[in-house]
Amino acid sequence: MDIPQLPLAEWIDSGLEGLTDQFAGATRAISNVIETGIDATVSGLMWPQPWVVIGIFTLIAWRIAGFRVALFTVLGLGLLWNLQLWYPTMQTLTLVTIATLIAVAIGTPLGVLAALSRNAYRVIFPILDFMQTMPAFVYLIPAIPFFGLGPVSAVFSTVIFAMPPAIRLTTLGIRQVPPDLVEAADAFGSTKAQKLIKVQLPLAVPTIMAGINQTIMLALSMVVIAAMIGAEGLGGKVWTAIQRNEAGMGFQAGIAVVILAMILDRITQRIARANKPAQT
Amino acid sequence: MPSDQPLKIAVRDLTKVFGSEPDKALALLNEGKTKQEIYEKTGQAVGVAKATFGVYEGETLVIMGLSGSGKSSLIRCINRLNEPTAGEIILDGQDITKLHQKDLLSLRRKRFGMVFQHFALFPHRSIRSNTEYGLEIQGVAAEERRERALKALKQVGLEGWEDALPGQLSGGMQQRVGLARALAVDPDILLMDEAFSALDPLIRRDMQQELVALQGEMHKTIIFITHDLDEALFLGNRIVLMKDARIEQIGTAEEILSSPATPYVERFVEEVDKSKVLTVSAVMQRPRTVAYPADGPRTVLRKMEEEGFSLLCVVDTDHRHRGVVRDASALQSAQRGDKTIMSIIEPGIAPLAPDAPLRDLVPVLAETPMPAPVVDERGKLLGVVVRASLLRGLATGIAVSGAEPTEKAA
Repeated sequence: MDIPQLPLAEWIDSGLEGLTDQFAGATRAISNVIETGIDATVSGLMWPQPWVVIGIFTLIAWRIAGFRVALFTVLGLGLLWNLQLWYPTMQTLTLVTIATLIAVAIGTPLGVLAALSRNAYRVIFPILDFMQTMPAFVYLIPAIPFFGLGPVSAVFSTVIFAMPPAIRLTTLGIRQVPPDLVEAADAFGSTKAQKLIKVQLPLAVPTIMAGINQTIMLALSMVVIAAMIGAEGLGGKVWTAIQRNEAGMGFQAGIAVVILAMILDRITQRIARANKPAQT
Repeated sequence: MPSDQPLKIAVRDLTKVFGSEPDKALALLNEGKTKQEIYEKTGQAVGVAKATFGVYEGETLVIMGLSGSGKSSLIRCINRLNEPTAGEIILDGQDITKLHQKDLLSLRRKRFGMVFQHFALFPHRSIRSNTEYGLEIQGVAAEERRERALKALKQVGLEGWEDALPGQLSGGMQQRVGLARALAVDPDILLMDEAFSALDPLIRRDMQQELVALQGEMHKTIIFITHDLDEALFLGNRIVLMKDARIEQIGTAEEILSSPATPYVERFVEEVDKSKVLTVSAVMQRPRTVAYPADGPRTVLRKMEEEGFSLLCVVDTDHRHRGVVRDASALQSAQRGDKTIMSIIEPGIAPLAPDAPLRDLVPVLAETPMPAPVVDERGKLLGVVVRASLLRGLATGIAVSGAEPTEKAA
C-alpha cells in the first residue's frame, strides 16, 4: 500500500511565507533598529584604541570579580589584540550582548508569567522543551526570509536559541521562594504586585542571574554557528577557516571564543553570587 | 477578666475542607462522620470541622492540639490565608468570610499581625526593613514607617540591631523581629502560629514571659497556636483543645486540668504531666543551719531563734541525714536538763533523691509543714524542700495556680 507522504515541509514553508509577507513591515523595522544598534555598538567599541577598551573591561572585571579575573581579562584580551582578532572579537561581543539583552527582556517576563499562572506555565514550558530539543542550525533557516543574510538574522536565531534558560530559571527562582515567606507577605495584606516586587523577585535574583549567565553562554555558542548566515566576528573567522581548510586560523578564533566566554562567565557568575542573601 | 469584655471574634461552624469536592465532605460532616472516615470515603481532607468559639477583646486564646489536629488550618482561616469552606467569622460585627479581595487586603493590613513558627523573615531585608514591611505595603511615608518600626523593635528589646540582616541573628532574636514586624502595624489581633515552638526551651520560656509582660501593656487580642500544654497553660486565658479537626474542649487552664471534657483531653493532660521533668533538685534549698546530735538543746534553740525556724534538720559529722528536731521538744529537753538532743531526734519525712519528680512530694507536703530532706546516694543531706518552694516550683512549671491568669489579664 502506498501512503502519500505528509507534506509537512510544504506546510511549514507556506506558513513561513505567509508570516514573512504578513510581517514584512514589522520585520523591516526591527531589522533596521537592530542593525543600527549593532553598527553603533561595534563602532563605539572600535573608536578608542584597543588598550583603552581592554583597560575598561579589566577595571570592570576587577571591581566585580576580583584580581584574578581582572588579570585573566587583561592577558586574554591582550592576546586577542596581538593575534589581530580585535575587530571580530568586538563584533562577536556586540552580537552576544544585543542578543542577550533581547532574550532577557523577553524571557524574564515570560518566566514570571509562567511562575504565577498555571495556564501560562502549561503553554510556555512545552514550547521551551521543543525549542531546546530542536537542532540549533534549524533556527538559522527561517531567520533568512525574515531578515535576510547578515547580523540581524544571527541575532534573531541567537535570541531564540538562548532564551529558554532565562525563562526557565526565572520561573524556578520564583517558585523556589520559601512558601512561608510568600504566606507572610500575604498575611500582611500584600497585593500580588507588591508580593512579586518586594519578596518574590528579589529572592529569585540569584537564580535569575544564573539563567542569564547560561543565556550568555548559549548566545556565544550560537553567534559562532550563525556565521553561516552572515554573522561576521569570530564565528566568521572559524567559518572561513573551515572553507579554506586552515586549522591554525580556526583554532586561533576558537581560542578567542573560549577566552571571551570565560571572561563573561566569571563576571556574571560573580554578580549572581553577590546577590545571594545570607540564608537563615 | 477577659470574659467580661465584649466578644471580639465569634467563629460559628467554621469548616475548612482541602480538596476538589468540599461539598461531599460537608455533607458527611453533617452526618457526624469523622475526619478519617471522610478521607477514606471521598479523599477530601478536613482541616477544621464545624469549629465554634469566641475570642474576647484583650484575651489570649490558646488553640492547642497535636500536629494534624487542625489548629494551623484554623488560625489561617481567621485571616483567610485559608479560604473557609463553610461557616462564619464575625469580627466586630462583620462577617469576614464574605469580604471581597480589596476589603480583605485592608483587613489583613490594619487589623491582623501574624507571627510564624519559622519566623518567615525576609532574608534580603534588614531588620528594620523587615519590621517596616507591613507599613510599607500600606503606603505609610518613609519617615513615619521608620519611627514606628524602631518603636516596635524597642518593645521587643532589639534596639541597635536595625541594620543587621536576619541571617545574622539567633533564633530567639529572629522571632523577636517577627513579633516586632507584627506589632509595627499596631493590629487589634495578633495571630501567633506556633510562634515559640522552634526556639530552644530556655529562650522559649523567656519569650513566653516577655509576651505576657508585653500583653500587660498592649491588651491586644491574641490567638496563639501551640502543641505544648505547658505553654498553653502559661499563656492562655482560655484554651481551645483540638483533635482531628474538631474542638474537644474550651475552657480556662484550671477547667481543662481539673475537669477534662473527654477521655482524649484527660489523656492529653496526663501525658504532658507525666513527661514533666521537674525534679526536687530544681526547688530544693541548701539548709543554712543544721543541728548535730551532740548539740545541747539550748544551742539548738538558739540556732532556731537566729534563723526563725521551728524545726531543724539533724546531720552527723559526715553531714549524713539523721532526722529533725522540733522547737517544742528542744524546749522540754532543755527544761529536763538533757546534755544533748540525741533523745529527741524524730525521723521526719523519708529522705528523697534529688532526681525524684516534684509531683511525688505534693501529697507528702500537703500533710505536714515539715521540710522534706533531699539526700545523695550516701545519705548526705543536700537540701530541703519546704512547702512554699514546692508551690513556687509548680506554679512556674505549669502555672496551675488559679490566680495567675487573672493577674495577667488585669
